[in-house]
Amino acid sequence: MSGEVGQLERSLRSRIDAGGKCLVPYLTGGLPQGPGAAWTTTMGAIAAAGADGVEVGIPFSDPVMDGPVIQAASQEALEAGATPQSILEELTRLDLGVPTAVMTYANLVFRFGWERFAASVAEAGVAAAILPDVPLEESGPWCDAADVAGVETVMLAAPTGDDARLAAVAERSGGFVYAVGLLGITGERERLADTSKVIAARLKSMTDKPVLVGVGIGSPEQAAEVCEVADGVVVGSAVVRCALETRSPEAVGDLVGGFREALARG
Amino acid sequence: MSAPDDTGRFGRFGGRFVPETLMPAVLELEEAFVEAWADDSFRAELDHLLRTYSGRPTPLTECPRLSEELGVRVLLKREDLNHTGSHKINNVLGQALLARRMGKSRLVAETGAGQHGVATATAAALLGQECRVYMGEVDMARQELNVFRMRLLGAEVIPALSGSRTLKDAVNDAMRDWVASVEDSYYCLGSVMGPHPYPWMVREFHRVIGVEAAEQARDLLVGALPDVVVACVGGGSNAAGIFSGFAEEPSVELVGVEPAGGAAVGHGVPGIVHGMMSYLLQDEWGQVTEAESISAGLDYPGVGPEHSHLSDTGRATYPSVTDEEVVDAFVLLSRTEGIIPALESAHALAWVARERVALAGRTVLVNLSGRGDKDVAQMMDVLADRL
Repeated sequence: MSGEVGQLERSLRSRIDAGGKCLVPYLTGGLPQGPGAAWTTTMGAIAAAGADGVEVGIPFSDPVMDGPVIQAASQEALEAGATPQSILEELTRLDLGVPTAVMTYANLVFRFGWERFAASVAEAGVAAAILPDVPLEESGPWCDAADVAGVETVMLAAPTGDDARLAAVAERSGGFVYAVGLLGITGERERLADTSKVIAARLKSMTDKPVLVGVGIGSPEQAAEVCEVADGVVVGSAVVRCALETRSPEAVGDLVGGFREALARG
Repeated sequence: MSAPDDTGRFGRFGGRFVPETLMPAVLELEEAFVEAWADDSFRAELDHLLRTYSGRPTPLTECPRLSEELGVRVLLKREDLNHTGSHKINNVLGQALLARRMGKSRLVAETGAGQHGVATATAAALLGQECRVYMGEVDMARQELNVFRMRLLGAEVIPALSGSRTLKDAVNDAMRDWVASVEDSYYCLGSVMGPHPYPWMVREFHRVIGVEAAEQARDLLVGALPDVVVACVGGGSNAAGIFSGFAEEPSVELVGVEPAGGAAVGHGVPGIVHGMMSYLLQDEWGQVTEAESISAGLDYPGVGPEHSHLSDTGRATYPSVTDEEVVDAFVLLSRTEGIIPALESAHALAWVARERVALAGRTVLVNLSGRGDKDVAQMMDVLADRL
């Protein structure tokens, strides 16, 4: 996104400008819920509980950046028949009041066609996309297509990157900069990794874009702790675990509400 | 076969589709490999190990009884005679030395049939490195002996429990491990696949197969070269190794033989998985489909990017053979030459046997990439009624 500020970044900025911290929960698209509920109902509960945006996983057969919880949810959603098209169609009919971002892997997008996928994402009213196996070096074809379609591309910045690399990633990123909190795949950890605050601080010193930390943020306390430095958090496995265990939109909403309260308390 | 371009591509295939966490490591690896490969002392140490530890050069063997049976002159490049029983050791010794040079004390690897895992565990024992090998749970059951071998050598073997629980899933888990351990660990990838520089680097470490074979063939054939060079292809490392000795010789036909249930070049379409763009077995949405082959080492839905490129340019062709044809070839070589081939290598022989009429009167060089001892337990069931 050159120059223009997109829908996701606007939503996050309004939270930050009001002195708050951003909360972007993640849910696996197409994940079966309990009787009478759909995954989109859970999306609604997440938005209503104080999310500033919601990340929707489009499940892939070989998710190398994901730990056991999101792997299990992906597999279940695939078995239930979820496809990129079905998820985008359901998102089209959904009005959450906050922006959404899709998170998926390169092959699903490549197979769909970079341009066609970007156009479909925009048509579905989805603000942004996150492709964890498309690093800067490979981002050209996707970013060109996304820019044309007006889709914000959230880039990941990792603790292993040197300053020049982090700056280049932040420069290319739209919506927010996704700071990978630790060396490892998605999943909850017992305590907040030391690397989380370090990467957030490094990025904050080099960009004005919102810096959200994801990977390894498993509890409201950890979210609040990392937000001493970061502008916000992405919470994935904790949300998906709750959805898997309870199949209840209310329970997921309560969990997200707990994160919102902790961030408000600071 | 030349180096890929600076984006790590052979034609339109290859690249570096890895999580951002790994990108610096992949760039560092490329730099370290380029530097080591240009360093005479590194090459000398590797050559020394290949000679005194692995037993290179491996012989080129005439097969008079098999040739008579098929009406095709068959020569075998005997990679099965390497230490640990397959060509895999060529690459692993190179990478383990590179890991040491880079100051990484722990090797992470994936394995299908267990040959690459055994080779990695061996090199780690030799150089005093820690070693963890991921192996699909299904493969652990069908290659029990290799699991024990790896553990005996001091490696930790971790079952891959997701998806089809075979090689593809072992690669996923090895990459997940590397994402978490990248600072002190070296990912010792076992084939000409994955993100750049692996497809190129692994091919260079196997180039020795082709270089030796070309020289040996010239000696045996009084200056001539074989008409056809054949190798099995899963990821495609032994094929890349032997092809590299003949690719610049236009008279030599190059044939990579895929399993019918895992024919990525034959039946796949371009896709992105495990860090590379290449031909891939997948459904209409891009979900990777599960390969199904009698041989755990070829049970893989993708293929190395350089093979996709060689197929596109027409320099090599990639037919496939069925499990039944493979079993017949496994028995045929055992009975005619007293050599029990690995099920993987039996794919290359199965193609020669099937195409014997078209190949009549020609000289065919088959890369016998591994020995079949590891497959004997599995084949006892398959052949119970025949023997």
